[in-house]
Amino acid sequence: MQSNTSSTTIDTDVTFRVENTDYYYGSFLAVKGVNFDVPARKITALIGPSGCGKSTVLRCFNRLNDLIPGAHINGKIYFDGEDLYSPRVDPTELRRRVGMVFQKSNPFPKSIYENIAFGARINGYRGNMDELVEQSLRGAALWDEVKDKLSESGLSISGGQQQRLCIARAIAIEPEVLLMDEPCSALDPISTLQIEDLMQELKTNFTIVIVTHNMQQAARISDNTAFFNARQTDKGGKQGYLVEYASTETIFNDPAQQATRDYVSGRFG
Amino acid sequence: MTDSVQPGGGRSDLWRPNRSKSKRDELIVKFLFGACALLSIVTTAGILYTLLIETIKFFRQVPFTDFFFDTQWTPLFTDPQYGIFVLVSATFLTAFIGLLVAVPLGILAAVCLSEYAPRSVRAWLKPALEILAGVPSVVFGYFALLFVTPFLRTVMPFLGLQTFNGLSAGLVLGISILPIVASLSEDAIYAVPNSLRQASYAVGATKRETIINVVLKAALSGIVAAVILGVSRAVGETMIVTLAAGQNPTLTLDPRVAIQTMTSFIVQVAGGDVAVGTLKYDTLFAVGTSLFLITLSLNVFSFWFVRRFQEKYE
Ligand SMILES: Nc1ncnc2c1ncn2[C@@H]1O[C@H](COP(=O)(O)OP(=O)(O)OP(=O)(O)O)[C@@H](O)[C@H]1O
Ligand SMILES: [Mg+2]
Repeated sequence: MQSNTSSTTIDTDVTFRVENTDYYYGSFLAVKGVNFDVPARKITALIGPSGCGKSTVLRCFNRLNDLIPGAHINGKIYFDGEDLYSPRVDPTELRRRVGMVFQKSNPFPKSIYENIAFGARINGYRGNMDELVEQSLRGAALWDEVKDKLSESGLSISGGQQQRLCIARAIAIEPEVLLMDEPCSALDPISTLQIEDLMQELKTNFTIVIVTHNMQQAARISDNTAFFNARQTDKGGKQGYLVEYASTETIFNDPAQQATRDYVSGRFG
Repeated sequence: MTDSVQPGGGRSDLWRPNRSKSKRDELIVKFLFGACALLSIVTTAGILYTLLIETIKFFRQVPFTDFFFDTQWTPLFTDPQYGIFVLVSATFLTAFIGLLVAVPLGILAAVCLSEYAPRSVRAWLKPALEILAGVPSVVFGYFALLFVTPFLRTVMPFLGLQTFNGLSAGLVLGISILPIVASLSEDAIYAVPNSLRQASYAVGATKRETIINVVLKAALSGIVAAVILGVSRAVGETMIVTLAAGQNPTLTLDPRVAIQTMTSFIVQVAGGDVAVGTLKYDTLFAVGTSLFLITLSLNVFSFWFVRRFQEKYE
């Protein structure tokens, strides 16, 4: 296992600390021996070839993997210094603090307004709901486009708008962290740029972790980059691991590992 | 020498598609399917035609106002009265009681099956549930008459239940439509994309909140369609109500007394000896047409509802 260089390159306070984490789906070891720190109020990108466990690691942060029967973790992840998988942590409460945007936009079959109000309501929000909805939609750069049709179905708007609605929905519950799993993979270049701009604004308030297959995107927006890869096991399966973690600058210009250099320059495989 | 990229070796003489043959086959298949489709349309039209002809004959002799406003249904008496609502009220009473049983239990069963039961349990429990739909309705009928009614009379004597009553018939009717309501609702719930559940969990919803606010909402059109199909089953169901609710046409919504539903009346008259062309005979068709119109409007409503409220994902 390659050691990573995280502790030297990251000086801000740490939102997530991943320590020697293995992740299993049943008896299948999907990712092995991951160590890295996610700094607060920065954008951390997870890159790597398909199947190397980026989504798996991302979904550890809000414990969404808990919903998969047989999935379990080995090792420790700390969230603001607290053990994320300790029995004292309520995953439901955790997910309010760690929001998520998915690869495929998945608005609820409810009105645009309700898509945003739902999360707030179930989390016992006592403030002015209209204001919260407007603020969230503005935050996701969607307000001007939908302000006249808040009562229409969230599924009635375009794909790019739906994805921004999902971002609005995620930031409406005022989380501390925003997890994004390939949020732009189904979007056109203009929507993609809109969302990237948005992320730059959001990072003043949120810690953002993003999975992306788009090298330029990772280079453009992220502060730190973790490169994952997969290796063949003797049983024939693939096992993901963290190759290298450093500032995005380093990963893209002067990586320590040859595999990283090949991957970011597109000479991979 | 380089590898040939053409698997057949690029010899055009090896390819001889018979376009005229495939065109002919296409035509034959088209014709066969068209004929099958036509057959079902023709049959339906034929049934409709006979229903309508006899119904028109009926209304030549009995005015609409009598049909809709008489408070008695005595077509077999010497002084006949034709208040259809006597039968309609019985039909709706039993169907309504049936729904009170089938809708909550059906949706609950569907939610348990698709959201709580492990895959392995669902794999055998759902077919088992569907077997219940295969129980002949006559069995349900005498179950209601010989078990449920005596049981209710022993346990709750203060009700003053008659031997034939709408309550037992409705309860058992509900059990008989339960499998279809549960099974179709379960299909609808199971079809809700997992990404929606995840989205709900990701904003901090619990499982209960996710099911009630997101999953059931997304499956609503399918569940309503299931319920409406259950209603049309209940309205058209014959043996249970004939055996357990009695043959006593009464304009009432009292579930304790003997009544007669539209279907029971048809059984009673069609089972006896009615001469073709008599008014009694035409009465059958008038009731049949009314029944048909009720189920038709239910189905049209269900069709409209599903079209209107179905969410398109992707
Ligand atoms: N629900 C699951 N059950 C079993 N195995 C899973 C499950 N989800 C993922 N895996 C396995 O875990 C490994 C890592 O998957 P993961 O989805 O994390 O990869 P990824 O890096 O996100 O890939 P991609 O870039 O294609 O999204 C893969 O081998 C995958 O087959
Ligand atoms: Mg993934």
